[in-house]
Amino acid sequence: MNPIRLTTPLTFEAVASLKCGDRVLITGTIYTARDAAHMKMIQELEKGGEIPFPLDGSVIYYAGPTPTRPGNISGAFGPTTSGRMDKMTVPLLEKGLKGMIGKGLRSQEVIDSIIKNRAVYFAAIGGAGALIGQSVKMISVVAYEELGAEAIRKIVVEEFPAIVAIDSTGKCIYDRE
Amino acid sequence: MREIDVQIIKNEVKELFIEMNYEISPDIKSAVTCAIACETSLLAREVLGDLLKNAELATEYRIPMCQDTGMAVVFLEVGQDVSFTGGFIGDAINQGVREAYEEGYMRKSVVSNPLIRVNTKDNTPAIIHYELVPGDQVKLICTAKGFGSENMSRIKMLNPSEGTSGVVDFVVETVHLAGSNPCPPMVIGVGIGGTMEKAAIMAKKALTRDVGQNSDDQVSAELEKLILDKINGLNIGPQGFGGRTTAFAVNINMFPTHIAGLPVAVNINCHASRHREVTL
Repeated sequence: MNPIRLTTPLTFEAVASLKCGDRVLITGTIYTARDAAHMKMIQELEKGGEIPFPLDGSVIYYAGPTPTRPGNISGAFGPTTSGRMDKMTVPLLEKGLKGMIGKGLRSQEVIDSIIKNRAVYFAAIGGAGALIGQSVKMISVVAYEELGAEAIRKIVVEEFPAIVAIDSTGKCIYDRE
Repeated sequence: MREIDVQIIKNEVKELFIEMNYEISPDIKSAVTCAIACETSLLAREVLGDLLKNAELATEYRIPMCQDTGMAVVFLEVGQDVSFTGGFIGDAINQGVREAYEEGYMRKSVVSNPLIRVNTKDNTPAIIHYELVPGDQVKLICTAKGFGSENMSRIKMLNPSEGTSGVVDFVVETVHLAGSNPCPPMVIGVGIGGTMEKAAIMAKKALTRDVGQNSDDQVSAELEKLILDKINGLNIGPQGFGGRTTAFAVNINMFPTHIAGLPVAVNINCHASRHREVTL
């Protein structure tokens, strides 16, 4: 089966057409955020502040790369375990986040919010950091630089390979009937 | 006494950590190749194929295989007839880690205080386990431990009456609960017996044994095969997408324990299972 080509920001129609198990190639701008960046974003929201990038239709990638070797565009750039972000994900989905890329299962609370907000969760291959890094064409830190590998990065990707792990109806690739 | 300059240890540590992050271990490479042959699911075969492609790209472009280049864990078996010269051995090991992670463009993933969480910016300190052994040699065993899998590890103090089936159930349950999170196919290190901390350290050290090399102890070796079969029947599969290969290996270490106890520690590793050793 040929992979589905997606561009960011994700539209309502694009998200609605995706089915659990679909292979996708994502092109466009995505933002990285891990544990520490999520904690800061949630604190910001609780204070009535703003998220440091446009959330509407956006895709967050749970990842923190290795430093880029001179002459390369990216280091290893694979996904981290998404479940650690579960408790901090619903407020972002409520504010327009449409896609998440990571690895592993999400909580029922996140799945319910994915259905309610018509969003999608993609799995990238954990431990394939060098391979995934090949699809990264530009990296810049946009917030929380002091967090090092955990800073929020804006990255431009071309044909970033992923799999629809939870679609907008809540169907999940990790379920075993 | 045989004198060994700690600079030699430092250089070995540096070299081993860079190498294990950039080059797939031969045992893992053959385990992945074998798994491709026995998987019936197309998605499982594709995922495993991507892991081999990833390893090739890592070598070709000098990129670490995974962005989580791990927390450095070092087992140092020191012959009692060895005398270290040129400084403190612990400082030398940490310096080797520091140079490896800086010069190898590897991620610095260590925070100074687990609650305050400020990055130490050089991936130190390493976790170092020293052991005195007979002789005049030094064995250096290193593993770069990723935390996607470390977080899925568990320890339990069983009652002696729970016996072998209690141990088997706890290990299989731990893998079931880990599911897709630790980047399966996994390698499972199990420590049985001793005390609480002894079991945990044995489980960690078991992860440094090559995949495909069963325990020298007959009871342990049979248990390794039994548990591996059960785990590969869970249908977690590569990346948790389903399939026959949930784990490449179960490696067990045992130690005598107290009449009242049966400690079991399960330490999980990802498919890369980075480990290297050298004897000096």
